[in-house]
Amino acid sequence: MASLLGRFCRKLVVPGSAHGSRMVSTTACDSEAVKSLNLHSAINQALHIALETDPRSYVFGEDVGFGGVFRCTTGLAERFGKNRVFNTPLCEQGIVGFGIGLAAMGNRAVVEIQFADYIYPAFDQVKRVFPTLEFDFSTAEFLIRGFNSQIVNEAAKFRYRSGNQFNCGGLTIRAPYGAVGHGGHYHSQSPEAFFCHVPGIKVVIPRSPREAKGLLLSSIRDPNPVVFFEPKWLYRPAVEEVPEHDYMIPLSQAEVIREGNDITLVGWGAQLTVMEQACLDAEKVLDFIFQLKDNWFKVSNMGLELIMQEGISCELIDLKTLLPWDKETVEASVKKTGRLLISHEAPVTGGFGAEISATILERCFLKVKSLRFNSSRRD
Amino acid sequence: MAQHLKSSSKSILLNILRHNIGFSSPSHASRHLRHNLPHGPLSTRLAPNLITRYCNTMVDTLSSIGSHEDTNSQVMDFPGGKVAFTPEIHFISESNEERVPCYRVLDDNGQQLTNSQFVPVSKEIAVKMYSDMVTLQMMDNIFYEAQRQGRLSFYATAFGEEAINIASAAALSPDDVIFPQYREPGVLLWRGFTLQEFANQCFGNKSDYGKGRQMPVHYGSNKLNYFTVSATIATQLPNAVGAAYSLKMDGKDACAVTFFGDGGSSEGDFHAALNFAAVMEAPVLFICRNNGWAISTPTSDQFRSDGVVVKGRAYGIRSIRVDGNDALAMYSAVHEAREMAIRERRPILIEALTYRVGHHSTSDDSTRYRSADEIEWWNKARNPLSRFRTWVESNGWWSDETESDLRSRIKKEMLEAIRVAEKTEKPNLNHMFSDVYDVPPLNLREQELLVRQAIKSHPLDYPSDVPL
Repeated sequence: MASLLGRFCRKLVVPGSAHGSRMVSTTACDSEAVKSLNLHSAINQALHIALETDPRSYVFGEDVGFGGVFRCTTGLAERFGKNRVFNTPLCEQGIVGFGIGLAAMGNRAVVEIQFADYIYPAFDQVKRVFPTLEFDFSTAEFLIRGFNSQIVNEAAKFRYRSGNQFNCGGLTIRAPYGAVGHGGHYHSQSPEAFFCHVPGIKVVIPRSPREAKGLLLSSIRDPNPVVFFEPKWLYRPAVEEVPEHDYMIPLSQAEVIREGNDITLVGWGAQLTVMEQACLDAEKVLDFIFQLKDNWFKVSNMGLELIMQEGISCELIDLKTLLPWDKETVEASVKKTGRLLISHEAPVTGGFGAEISATILERCFLKVKSLRFNSSRRD
Repeated sequence: MAQHLKSSSKSILLNILRHNIGFSSPSHASRHLRHNLPHGPLSTRLAPNLITRYCNTMVDTLSSIGSHEDTNSQVMDFPGGKVAFTPEIHFISESNEERVPCYRVLDDNGQQLTNSQFVPVSKEIAVKMYSDMVTLQMMDNIFYEAQRQGRLSFYATAFGEEAINIASAAALSPDDVIFPQYREPGVLLWRGFTLQEFANQCFGNKSDYGKGRQMPVHYGSNKLNYFTVSATIATQLPNAVGAAYSLKMDGKDACAVTFFGDGGSSEGDFHAALNFAAVMEAPVLFICRNNGWAISTPTSDQFRSDGVVVKGRAYGIRSIRVDGNDALAMYSAVHEAREMAIRERRPILIEALTYRVGHHSTSDDSTRYRSADEIEWWNKARNPLSRFRTWVESNGWWSDETESDLRSRIKKEMLEAIRVAEKTEKPNLNHMFSDVYDVPPLNLREQELLVRQAIKSHPLDYPSDVPL
């Protein structure tokens, strides 16, 4: 794994920036000032803006006071004070639970979980509203069964269960996710699929510094609780021109970051960096044939004639928001190309790719010639 | 900023209470070692901006490294502050010789104890307290019976805990935000939730503020500052701490109050909440209804500490143990605790000892794990209503006549409330999909269409009382 990542790190290209055609630009116009920033600096900028624009907003979590273990919160405590930017005890369920309480009183609580691997104790609090709703016709009653936890049982359900008397929409949970090569079991996890199963929250994953700043500001200001996973692999090495002003990128809108005709590739976060490299490689015929053997990246059902005649033209989509996700963009693309490949870091079984494939198959059944998953980690 | 008391006599009484009421104070040793600091706003947490923030006790900071050690004082420096050392190997015992004593004002027969201290209660408040305790008990009885008759799907009573419910509510202000567990409908009742509103939620009709989504007894009212009940145990505790922090930051004359049971104190969220409350210096009251049972689990299977009150000190939280069946004691304890929490910006833990007279819920038959005699004894000999009634009557504020008038009025109101709630139609189908998010996203709108299509093709499978 580390060697694979190393291979891509050498030429780390921010997806959709210099290479290929960047079809959809949702960010600032060129006349605005921009600055070359890496991912953690862009996130830091977003947090500064968020705290500046709303005096009732707070940033807290383990070690955020001195700037955070990934430097995402540098300068915030000094600028806004320890009452608004502070360290918490080492307790994820407490962090999220406390954040829910703050948000329920109309504040914006931007909570940091140090690694997504540690988010599970807070899972209960995330679900604080929405058990699965089972429509039982026979007893003429809606049976509602509950599970347990802060994110799932508290945050997600706060509005629904109270009949909209209360909500904790001001809550945003940030957590670094994903492999870095040396992280092992507990500094590399990609748990987005667990949260995508919880109606009532949103799940957002940026791919680059410019995207991260805009998406984070949207997430903080969205009137629903949001879980925001940041690809930690990109914190330092991914550098991009980021507009300095306050801007937001809409949630639940996927972006075609590379146009193509032969196959649709869907991904999010750091994986897009890898996938874009794969797109470049796929366009080169001979390279592609060599790589087929020893590369984990596989594309099936391509006629040999097609490969010999031309490279493979790939359409790459960044989902950005996984819950609720933009089915329309993916559907339109698959209807055009007829092929879908989903690639994510998380384990294959029960991964979010399964949701995408089931939905697309349902909607485009007659048009799909091939459908594949790829995950850099098998189960 | 500071809480000013209304009259000097009240302030004298309260000063006596503060020293004697039994709130555990900082230990002698730590006081000796603590830096001598002036009272008033301190700078630890003050923001550099202009908005004033409140601070309370200064946490011990690390003394300057390299400061000389006075070998005569037998004191060491470590992160966290100075600590005296001892050459003896001594383990702190797992429990004190004697259990923490329990504060009460009235004896079992409702007579005021001779040297009892308590916050005086006016006739108006006392009569409302007793009336609401009766109302709560009757409401529970009638709803319980309704469930048994099949008219309600589920119910959970608060029998035996009426004093905790009503007296605590009476001691709070309407601006204090409540984070309940599920056995505190009396707090809502005190604040003005009507019997009809209770019935609407239980029947899940379209007048239910929760829009028919939750099981009965999962009440909520933003108007009355009572956060909606969720069945998950103790998840509300850290939420209350966050809310309390918000009240502090906004400079409000209010605190957060959260209730939980003996079982709830075992949850991780209890630990998380108390620790956060202490560190964040949040004005929150943690009120534990230790009623002896978590469904079928007695407290001996729940924890091995001396109840819940001793756990407060572990987090640096001032705590008190109260007789939960004594309405006056509950009132005084909560009243005092509230003042301290707001004025000093600190959490307070109150353990109210009581007994769960009813079953855990209508899905439970508690005679399967405890004797009917035990239940009966607590219901008769230790009943919080009769105790308080004796005291209220001794002041000439109540009589048999007022009692029977009240009871017949409540019964009539309850039956009418049930009749109306049962007849009222259910919430519209679209409410199955609204409020999941602030605005229904595309996937939910699609799902609603699918459901409506299914109903069109299978109309007989759809309940007739749920409007489309």
